[in-house]
Amino acid sequence: MTKAARRKEEGRWAWRLTGFVTLCVYIFMFAPIVATVILSFNASMFGGFPMTGFSLQWYAKLMNNDAVLTAFRTSLWIALVTAAVTTAIGVVTAFALVRFEFRGKQALSTLVILPALVPETILGVGLLVLIKAVDQPRTMLLLVLGHILLAVPYVVLIAQARMVGIRRVYEEAALSLGASRFSSFREITLPLLIPAVVGGALLAFTISFDNTSASLFWRPAGVETMPTQILSMLKISISPEINALGTVMILVTVGIPLIGGLILQSLTKLKRRGEPKEEVR
Amino acid sequence: MPDSQDTKIHPRPASAGAQGAGAAAGANSPAVEFRNIDIAYGKFVAVRDFSLSIRKGSFVTLLGPSGCGKTTILRSIAGLVDISAGQIMIGGRRVDDVPIYKRNIGLVFQSYALFPHKTVFDNVAFGLKYRNVAKPEIKRKVGQALDMVRLPGSEKKLPSQLSGGQQQRIALARAIVFEPQVLLLDEPLSALDANMREEMRVEIKKIQKETGITAIFVTHDQEEALSMSDRIVVMNSGSAEQVGTPEEVYERPATAFVADFLGKANMLSGTVSRSDGPTIVTLASGQTVIVLSPKPLATGSAVTVVVRPQKLAVGGANANRLPGRVVSTSYLGGSAIYEVDIGGKTSIRANAAINGRVLSEGEAIELGFDPDDCVLLDEDGRRIS
Repeated sequence: MTKAARRKEEGRWAWRLTGFVTLCVYIFMFAPIVATVILSFNASMFGGFPMTGFSLQWYAKLMNNDAVLTAFRTSLWIALVTAAVTTAIGVVTAFALVRFEFRGKQALSTLVILPALVPETILGVGLLVLIKAVDQPRTMLLLVLGHILLAVPYVVLIAQARMVGIRRVYEEAALSLGASRFSSFREITLPLLIPAVVGGALLAFTISFDNTSASLFWRPAGVETMPTQILSMLKISISPEINALGTVMILVTVGIPLIGGLILQSLTKLKRRGEPKEEVR
Repeated sequence: MPDSQDTKIHPRPASAGAQGAGAAAGANSPAVEFRNIDIAYGKFVAVRDFSLSIRKGSFVTLLGPSGCGKTTILRSIAGLVDISAGQIMIGGRRVDDVPIYKRNIGLVFQSYALFPHKTVFDNVAFGLKYRNVAKPEIKRKVGQALDMVRLPGSEKKLPSQLSGGQQQRIALARAIVFEPQVLLLDEPLSALDANMREEMRVEIKKIQKETGITAIFVTHDQEEALSMSDRIVVMNSGSAEQVGTPEEVYERPATAFVADFLGKANMLSGTVSRSDGPTIVTLASGQTVIVLSPKPLATGSAVTVVVRPQKLAVGGANANRLPGRVVSTSYLGGSAIYEVDIGGKTSIRANAAINGRVLSEGEAIELGFDPDDCVLLDEDGRRIS
């Protein structure tokens, strides 16, 4: 009886310890983010605690900061183009890698993943050296291509995982019913791949939007992306404006995938309910 | 059994049977014709020198164990598998170079393969859409097809809302709605539970008869094959062992493989001990039996006497009697299956009607059969004819 009671007591303490450690981990993970968000509303001139009052002045200042707005627009465009191109490349590559047998398939699948394994700085320097070797200027195109290079492995991996789960019989059925290979891809395979397409696009967007180190190497002279802009602002001072900017960044990079996920969920729900629109066709 | 010698011999009875079927089709060209096709995956030869002619409107089953090449042959008609030699004709037209989507065939899969993101209507309408059928016509035909598979009004449902049997009906509707030249069914009943399977068997056969479509059915289930087919092609290791009506392949198996695969026949080995007058065979277990041989056999030649368990009677006044001891009994209500040791390390199986008492383990039993109840195979395992 006492033994059981002692064990029960030990169990309780074990649970408490687990809870405490978990809490610490969460604090460690989220405290910086929470601090950034809270401090962005601080009235004080200095970007740190203590709070002196609530204010939206740093957001107002951000809205009037042309350099920041330009950087934001630049990053947004680069991320959108990267997401679109990367998703197209990723889906087609995954389709080829899963569905077809060809020479050098193994090599290709390794090569595609490689950019994700090589340290970003090395990739950054490497591309720069290459550009210099062929005597080309650093342009926006180079920056976008670099981001695509960085994001492709992740999109391929996501699309490949989904593709493996789509059984070949669906395509075979479509073909037997008279759909050409392209039609069967468009009508059957692609719709079934949609979760991977959306997921891949969102991830590619975030990877591009967040990228700092490689962008530092690749950006053309005078062009700033959001992360490089923040970096250059930090060189001058830790202004509370940076906290506001950080909060906006968090909103974008967390919010977009979240919204994407919700849209996807409601889409599948709509399908499950039997879509009355289909009747018209 | 499937040693190399067997496989070399077997294509011949197959093509002989096939030509018979072709001739019966008359002036019309057969619905599907295989001319000496080989199918190889790298070094592995899945199908070897296969020839067959399938009459329009008939229901033909490719029956065999897994890995015998039956599914490969079916997929070659669809164009999902390339043949390495020979020709395939659909409706008299050579299709070797015709891509799958231009072959006009209906395909039903074991796993249904309904498009999960499309409604029943869109699934069934899929083939019509690619044949440029007008929308009102599509609507009418889909409605008709759904009536035929007895699922009217299910247009708006998604495949995930249907049971396995219903999904397979929709898959069937999808495959026949555009009136293909041939309907290919790849083990369509294997994924269903036993009750549903029997129901679908009748249903498929009924629909095939109503539409008059040529159907090629692949299965490893002998009951399905026997109950549904006009013709059965028994396959083993890449070639046809026998082509014939269900009765022919069951009652007169061409080879030991066919006899064993369809209904687990008793195979009693022995030697011919007298061939003038009635043929008498001395079994390895010691008994002598009188058999009917279509041609005179040399005394001393090795033969196998094939007797179906259903042909063996307990007691009775048959010409041949095999006394023995019951090893095990399975009571089935109307009949009982006896496993009987007849000596010489031979045990035979009898499925006999119960008259009087069910014999139990260890009891003496006498099994009888008549000369015309058995089939004789030569030492290569082929039927003596």
